[in-house]
Amino acid sequence: MSGATFDIAASDTTLEGKAPAGPLAEKWSKHKFDLKLVNPANKRRYRVIVVGSGLAGAAAASSLAELGYNVDCFCFQDSPRRAHSIAAQGGINAAKNYQNDGDSIYRLFYDTIKGGDFRAREANVHRLAECSVDIIDHCTALGVPFAREYGGQLANRSFGGAQVSRTFYARGQTGQQLLLGAYSSLSRMIEAGRVKMHARTEMLDVVLVSGHAKGIVTRDLVSGEIKSWAADAVVLATGGYGNVFYLSTNAQGCNVTATYRAYKRGAAFANPCFTQIHPTCIPVHGDQQSKLTLMSESLRNDGRIWVPKAKSETRAPGQIPEADRDYYLERRYPSFGNLVPRDIASRAAKAVCDEGRGVGPGGLGVYLDFAKAISEKGKRDIEGKYGNLFDMYAKITAEDPYTTPMRIYPAVHYTMGGLWVDYNLMSNVPGLFVLGEANFSDHGANRLGASALMQGLSDGYFVIPYTIGGYLAGEKPGKATIEDAAFGDVVATVKSRTHKLLSIQGRKSPRQFHKALGQIMWERCGMARNAAGLVKAVDDIRALRAEFWENVKVLGEGNSINTSLEMAGRVADFLEFGEMMCIDAWHRNESCGGHFREEFQTEEGEAKRDDDTFAYVAAWMYRGDGKVPSLAKETLAFENVKLSQRSYK
Amino acid sequence: MSSQKSMNLTLQVWRQKSKRDAGGFTTYQAKGISPDQSFLEMLDVVNEELIAKGEDPIAFDHDCREGICGMCSLYINGAPHGGFPGTTTCQLHMRHFKDGDEITIEPWRAKPFPVLKDLIVDRTSFDRLVQAGGYVSVNTGGAPDANAVPIPKKEADLAMDAASCIGCGACVAACPNASAMLFVSAKISQLRHLPQGEAERKKRALNMLTRADKEGFGACRNHFECEAACPKDIPRRVMAEAYRDFIEASALREE
Repeated sequence: MSGATFDIAASDTTLEGKAPAGPLAEKWSKHKFDLKLVNPANKRRYRVIVVGSGLAGAAAASSLAELGYNVDCFCFQDSPRRAHSIAAQGGINAAKNYQNDGDSIYRLFYDTIKGGDFRAREANVHRLAECSVDIIDHCTALGVPFAREYGGQLANRSFGGAQVSRTFYARGQTGQQLLLGAYSSLSRMIEAGRVKMHARTEMLDVVLVSGHAKGIVTRDLVSGEIKSWAADAVVLATGGYGNVFYLSTNAQGCNVTATYRAYKRGAAFANPCFTQIHPTCIPVHGDQQSKLTLMSESLRNDGRIWVPKAKSETRAPGQIPEADRDYYLERRYPSFGNLVPRDIASRAAKAVCDEGRGVGPGGLGVYLDFAKAISEKGKRDIEGKYGNLFDMYAKITAEDPYTTPMRIYPAVHYTMGGLWVDYNLMSNVPGLFVLGEANFSDHGANRLGASALMQGLSDGYFVIPYTIGGYLAGEKPGKATIEDAAFGDVVATVKSRTHKLLSIQGRKSPRQFHKALGQIMWERCGMARNAAGLVKAVDDIRALRAEFWENVKVLGEGNSINTSLEMAGRVADFLEFGEMMCIDAWHRNESCGGHFREEFQTEEGEAKRDDDTFAYVAAWMYRGDGKVPSLAKETLAFENVKLSQRSYK
Repeated sequence: MSSQKSMNLTLQVWRQKSKRDAGGFTTYQAKGISPDQSFLEMLDVVNEELIAKGEDPIAFDHDCREGICGMCSLYINGAPHGGFPGTTTCQLHMRHFKDGDEITIEPWRAKPFPVLKDLIVDRTSFDRLVQAGGYVSVNTGGAPDANAVPIPKKEADLAMDAASCIGCGACVAACPNASAMLFVSAKISQLRHLPQGEAERKKRALNMLTRADKEGFGACRNHFECEAACPKDIPRRVMAEAYRDFIEASALREE
């Protein structure tokens, strides 16, 4: 098996990052000046499609509408307020340095680049750090109720991978409050008639006219109608693909379809194997489980992670004396302790469970203990900071975390990979912009906590309003209409696929296939990967995919609400996408961030990068169904930071 | 984790083909349900069995399954989300039921929330209430430093209490008049406790409450069923605050 290989051809596409020249701190200001502008009176002649209404999508749709563009915004949920950004708990980073603890834009930039294990583009990350401060100001102006100190100033807390306190929060509901802020702006623009909102509408394909993205094809999830929409540019803000693992902290509807369909139309898909396994989630309870629930990283501010020293430990956690406990993060990483980055905390948890020291059913869990914090700070203080999280834990597990330690285990949470974009957040398909988790740009091989909200809002509020102008200024408005043949062709493809899914009438439900795929991915392409396992995974996925198209059972019709049909379409795309993920993981013969290849580790079991060979973005190009995609590389140039072995000791 | 064994339940589920069709209850058996499963995971099991038998699965709204997106919406045994304090349907675990129980499952029932299919209702009327004024009218760019205006912790906390509304619609479903007063007031209250919301405070209350009438939501008659049903514990005081702004705005309204 170990001899098996994939034949990876080099793509003839050249990917230019287009990061502007000049000193790092001046790149964005200079670029904003250099970008072409669309005259205010002309903006209303342009139409922009925004797919997705999470932080990135809602922020983009509302900001573009405020500028005067006509915007069509789409989401599959019943309301734009439900996008999964809403579930983010802990907070949002910003280099405000309100704590006077040595934070700066450069430090946030550096922490993010290092946290991403040196696999992100410097210029993008610095811009993200610059925009972070504006986000907090803007969200406050929108009425986002951030946590405050008694003096009325904004409060901060600490997150993993940083030694400064720069995380802003709204109890354990930061994502909800930021999303509702963006949703309120979006609502204002809908009322003003500048955004047309299309809820319960799923994008099923993107339409290219003369090589440019000029529209999409959707399915109305209520009437089943397949419809074309034309515009001058298309913005995808459709989130990540964590549900390829079936069980994840993502919402049930999260899927890869929009970005994967764009990939099949020529957009490059970058670093799909960079996935984040979050260390603190509630462990799996049984095989009927449909999702995993995250316990915010912020809990690691006060919670201490440990397992028993002995494998054979049978005592209840409260009965185990200090001397018999192993606070393994504090032991292995004394300077960051319980606040090491997510990839490191997850792997460390897996390591102690693999040793047989895990706790709870199946030995797949570690303790997250608040006893010390409660005795030092009092129950009220802990309740004030994490009350809703403790309640959520108690509801799910029927255990009281105030008196008995939480049991947690890593779970799939976020995907750093996504469609490749240049500095303007435009993919290699002109006119197709990609924002938020859907793109690959800012987090490298591992995302630091409280950085996803920052990136989604930075992309939507502060980057796309400038960069889309640079593209539209060179485009005549209204170039494409839905009468163009390209739209008819895509509609026909979408219709025939829907028809096919409904006509197979096999014996297994879409959920059964999704579960089977998830098992393959978690087993072979999860927290630890190796070449032989990945080759096996691809074989298994191919077999499963073949079975799907012979044996899937989708009941009902296409012309009404049909939740099985929706799921089947998404699972079909995951079944192709999973293969690409495994091939990407197989080709990257190094360990970095969330991508841990067992063959490449240091003596201490840490990720071992190979900067000479792999300091590049791996962007995959579609070559046809069932074919191994070709590989385009964007070399990452580090002009400002020195690549080093990441150390949190 | 619960030590209870798996259980068998009888479900009476509302089935309705579309907005135009008449609906009715159908009986289903849910077998081998683990007490650690969530209510929606129980329905997943029932649906898998229906698919295997070639019957149309039960349609219901759901997404995050962790109590924050507000998409799930079932009326369980006569109460929104099942009537457990501070709990959405997706966070309701089967350990609250026992072997042999009969469970009735219906959609939200209110004129402004028409049934689309089975247990799925159309809640876009809620979006239109927010569109009437549930925001601070500020464009992106040019906001002052976030710490420029201090906001006392107590006020920020009151704003946050109201802001935690997830827009699920349980308040409307619980109200004998199908009033949206708690939902609308939560937004009004959040923004009136923050200096950023002050400029549009009166106009906001006037416009949002007027819109609620127009959308067909009923009047509030102080039953407070909404407060009891709210999975996020939005307190009734937000309604008093909204009325205050509304009355002020109505009294000063220029013709």
